[in-house]
Amino acid sequence: MHFQLTEDQRALQAGLREVLTRHEPDWAELAEVGLFTLRVPEERDGIGLGLPEAVLAFEEAGRALVRGPLVGTELAATLGRGTAEFVAVPARGPLLVPHLPELSCLLLRERDGSVTVVPAGAIHARPARAVDPQRPLWELTGPPPEGERCTDAEAARLTAEGTLLTAALQCGLAARALAEAVRHAGRREQFGQPIGAFQAVQHLCADMLARAELARVAVYAAAVSADAEEIAGAKLLADEAAVHNARDCLQVHGGMGFTWEAPVHLLLKRAWAWEQAVADRDSCLDALAGHL
Amino acid sequence: MQLQDTPAEADFRRRLREWLGKTLPELPPPPDPSDWPGRRAFDTQWQRRLFDAGYAGIHWPVDAGGRGASPSEHLIFLEETEHAGAPYVGASFVGLLHAGPTIAAEGSPDQRARFLPPILRGDEIWCQGFSEPGAGSDLAALRTKAVRDGDSYVVSGSKIWTSHAEVADWCELLVRTDPDAPKHKGITWLAMNMDAPGVTVRPLRTLAGTTEFAELFLDEVRIPVANRVGEENDGWRVTMVTLSFERGTAFASEAVACRREVRELARVARAEGAWDDLELRRALAALSAEFAALWRLVQWNVSEASADGVPGAGGSVFKLRFSEARQRLYDLAARVVGADALVEGAWTAQRLQGLSYTIAAGTSQIQRNIVAQRILGLPKGR
Repeated sequence: MHFQLTEDQRALQAGLREVLTRHEPDWAELAEVGLFTLRVPEERDGIGLGLPEAVLAFEEAGRALVRGPLVGTELAATLGRGTAEFVAVPARGPLLVPHLPELSCLLLRERDGSVTVVPAGAIHARPARAVDPQRPLWELTGPPPEGERCTDAEAARLTAEGTLLTAALQCGLAARALAEAVRHAGRREQFGQPIGAFQAVQHLCADMLARAELARVAVYAAAVSADAEEIAGAKLLADEAAVHNARDCLQVHGGMGFTWEAPVHLLLKRAWAWEQAVADRDSCLDALAGHL
Repeated sequence: MQLQDTPAEADFRRRLREWLGKTLPELPPPPDPSDWPGRRAFDTQWQRRLFDAGYAGIHWPVDAGGRGASPSEHLIFLEETEHAGAPYVGASFVGLLHAGPTIAAEGSPDQRARFLPPILRGDEIWCQGFSEPGAGSDLAALRTKAVRDGDSYVVSGSKIWTSHAEVADWCELLVRTDPDAPKHKGITWLAMNMDAPGVTVRPLRTLAGTTEFAELFLDEVRIPVANRVGEENDGWRVTMVTLSFERGTAFASEAVACRREVRELARVARAEGAWDDLELRRALAALSAEFAALWRLVQWNVSEASADGVPGAGGSVFKLRFSEARQRLYDLAARVVGADALVEGAWTAQRLQGLSYTIAAGTSQIQRNIVAQRILGLPKGR
């Protein structure tokens, strides 16, 4: 057992972090660096890597708060399809599709667990006022059009992998929120010293690190085992880490954190969005309870 | 990045599992928790069996008499013994996980020959004389003083929270040998015989009603200079060498135990009807995910330590999350068993015992300070 990144995995991680944090990449650049074809076999012009590498890449995308239909497009690439969103029919509320005009298809997961591939052009929807300004939403105005139904095995695979990749995005976001909080706490002075010297602030940051670390290791392990139960647990912990860390990051930023000028609100809004994406908290918990 | 056993590890696991399957049915029933001599006898018999089978000091170096197992094999040992329901290390804890490795790393050849074999065989039990009434989290503030007198140190003071003191043969004792030096500099590590004149043991009763640990009173106890491990005034460094290693795996088998306890609690919940409560069922599910992840964190930390040889501060992250999750588990158990939570029983005993987890081995607040300052690099307050 050697549960650490390999040299190649470290290189992949470092390379992507460099590309994604230098400037905000456009969609063509993301495709260029292979974000969506990491797991596509080499004979189909992909990179031919595995789930752990995809998880590392998506962790970096989450850290950089990359916008766009990332998870669905990566999954669709394994099916030989183009730009896609993975959308699960929610337990309550309307069916919302992010980035609809950019999509070629929708991977739609019904409440019974089945997944259909729906052509995006056939969807009737109107724009909704999204809380996350970088993740525009469209609300369906009628029932979703007929699509191509995946086999049960394929549906289970897409759901598990989509859940895991979303969890990886959240891990990156959680780590970013921690880094922003620590940077601010080290610079902002009050009462003649950096606020990071106050134990109350230190303990907020320490809890953020503990959440981010536990979630990251859970996501890596789930990527290695590809076990559905472990994936559900990893998503749960990653959502908790992202949402709580973004929330604590806002708290550390004080009044500035509540303004539009500080970018902290974008972290929290995206964490909320990804928390509901693919498998939400209740569905993860019910899946886990089913194994107990 | 992989979680599979190597062929050698798989072979080790298989042999260990076979041995446990054969050996555990031969063990006598476990003693009553209040019967200290009985507990000592049980724990030392178990250690002797491990020794005879070649499993004593599994992670100790071969030249110290151990098996020289890799950190991964040590984890396999902890995982398999817990799965099989084997006894805990019990009274041998300090000897095997702390005093022994300290002497192996820092002791003289004579000290290694004198002290290590009896620990491995289960013949001698050690206790830890570190904390004092005025030196808990701030351990380096300890005041028990040792004054050199010829070939001896004359030691006076008191120690507290000393587990197994009632049945221990030896105590790893930290004393202040230079009262004028900065507080981390004037400390020395001594091996004290618990039968020495001037040593008084007063058991402390915990809120669980048991006597898990004791207070030690030291009144001009003479300890030979030959029992000093490391140099005079260098005891803090000697202690830190082994303390960080202890944190890496100290709770590993308990993390395995907690995963089993969550499943057991789910079984109880089904039997008691509590499983129909959606909120409670989901709370149990969340805990199962957390313990599974904590076990992965142990594997991650151990792999990291075996890669660069030094355990990281990851032990603090584990301790913080594990101790709090485990307390939540027993609080949840109280909801599952309902009114029975107010009657003494196994789950209630665990719930009471669990109150110590966020205090012992460094409080959660101290762990957060460590994480914030050593990992995140936040400044120390004035």
